[in-house]
Amino acid sequence: MTRSVPDRLLSFFSWACALSLISALFIIIGFLVLKGYKALTPELIFGDVRPLDALLLKRQVFGGLFPAMAGTFFLILLSMALALPLGLASGIYLAEFAPSGTKRVLSFLFDILSGIPSIVVGLFGFSITIFLHHYFGGRIFPCLLISALSLAFLVLPYIIRTTQIALESLPLSLRLTAPALGATKARNIFYVLLPSSLSGIISGLILAMGRCAEDTAVIMLTGAVATAGIPKSVFSGFEALPFYIYYMASEYSGPPELMKAYGAALILLILCTVLFVFSHGIKHLLRAKTQYLPNPL
Amino acid sequence: MDFQDRVFRTVFFGASVLSAGVTVAVLGFMILLSLPVLKMGFLWEVLTSPWSPGRGQFGILPMMAGTLALAFLSLLVSLPVSLGCAFFMEILHPRGAGALLKKLVHFMTAVPTVIYGFVGVFLLVPLVQEFFAYGSGMCILSASLMLGLVISPTLILFFSESFSRVPQHYLNAVDSLGGTVFQKLRHVILPQAWPGMLTGMVLAFGRAMGDTLIALMISGNAVLMPSSLLDSTRTLTAHIALIFAADFDSTEFKILFISGIVLYAMTSLGILFARYFHKRALS
Repeated sequence: MTRSVPDRLLSFFSWACALSLISALFIIIGFLVLKGYKALTPELIFGDVRPLDALLLKRQVFGGLFPAMAGTFFLILLSMALALPLGLASGIYLAEFAPSGTKRVLSFLFDILSGIPSIVVGLFGFSITIFLHHYFGGRIFPCLLISALSLAFLVLPYIIRTTQIALESLPLSLRLTAPALGATKARNIFYVLLPSSLSGIISGLILAMGRCAEDTAVIMLTGAVATAGIPKSVFSGFEALPFYIYYMASEYSGPPELMKAYGAALILLILCTVLFVFSHGIKHLLRAKTQYLPNPL
Repeated sequence: MDFQDRVFRTVFFGASVLSAGVTVAVLGFMILLSLPVLKMGFLWEVLTSPWSPGRGQFGILPMMAGTLALAFLSLLVSLPVSLGCAFFMEILHPRGAGALLKKLVHFMTAVPTVIYGFVGVFLLVPLVQEFFAYGSGMCILSASLMLGLVISPTLILFFSESFSRVPQHYLNAVDSLGGTVFQKLRHVILPQAWPGMLTGMVLAFGRAMGDTLIALMISGNAVLMPSSLLDSTRTLTAHIALIFAADFDSTEFKILFISGIVLYAMTSLGILFARYFHKRALS
């Protein structure tokens, strides 16, 4: 079969686009790996401190990435702890309880929230700090808690949306079984609907964790600093990997610091890749386990 | 509805109101903090004049122009490539190579923006500088190339989703009439998928406007009305990120909140358009 000229051009164009996108991605990753793989040593993370001492917080790490990694870790933990209950509850309300008018208003507001640029969310976090600073007589400064709270606002619409979609895409037959047997709405949600939609919800949560790990704009306005050590409390400043990378890209003093920045970029990339793979893995694994008949409607 | 159900409904409703309240609070706080400037009645001046604090001019017009220029150019860079990639994975090679490409595009959404920015600074900027032998290489061109790459997953995924929503029997009809792939694309798929594609473009434009790191790291941040691709520019987002050390009572500082309000308004407008097109795409 001979193909027409437009068809051949179309095929050529598509191949060219696909290949240029893939090569752009591979150039970026390849560049980082080639420049940075030598930096990936225990010293990069722990400096001259023994890894076990650093992990048990026996000695402060100077000149290593350990404080930045710990900062990112606490940041993810804290912001997910803040966003999770609120996001899950709102998602459940939208999917299972909300009357259509309320649902329209709420999902409109969540759509707007998901579109707000992260720097504006950071600015919001900063203005909260100003208010608290006035209110508590100057004892509140930009800190881990404010950053985590702002990041929680940033990922809130993601969590709400994935929870809502996961619940709404359950088949009607499953949705009606427990109520038909006399279960209350709450029991149906907690014993049937939530467990069945767990894969979608968890994979959404992991993606939200990735956003917490990678976001720089929010934390640069709300408490991330270049050197802080391991955060002592939620009211202290902190280091974070993405902020470190951003900061070093313009402020590095020489080749050794630049190497550390490449190392930090590689570590952040690996972290986000792992989260991404996990998220997809869980979605497919659990979906395979919970195959239902297609929705009859 | 029994008692337990009503308790849960109330709790969940409270949580939703609280979450939705964040959307309102973000705008509210920014209006509150920029109130002194708004009250003095020079909002119009701020939106239309240049930035020169030394001479008492606090206009954000150059930053607004920078934001729009960068977002528009990055969309221009990204649009053809994304269209080609979406054809590739939905129409030409739906299995095999196309599925692999789709996985990679999904992965791209997980790559931190700061990494695109970092590689931009140390790889793209020197290349641009060498090629044009002009300036530092930190310019609109470098930033919009990288930003184009950052927003392309959004475009590709939206395009491919709208292509896949075109009913199969329409496609079968073209095939049975002996139409070519190109004819199928031009007369059936594109007209059918158009509203969905528009949604994706509006959202990608919003992402480009809201992005901070690429503009901040690569565009050079000079306050200039953008006039050439090799000029440096500063976006609203970078402006907010940069001026942070300033004194809290200064006008510069209050202008930050006006910049925030402008960004909020522009992205919300984008969301409104996207919702409108999305409804049309589904109907």
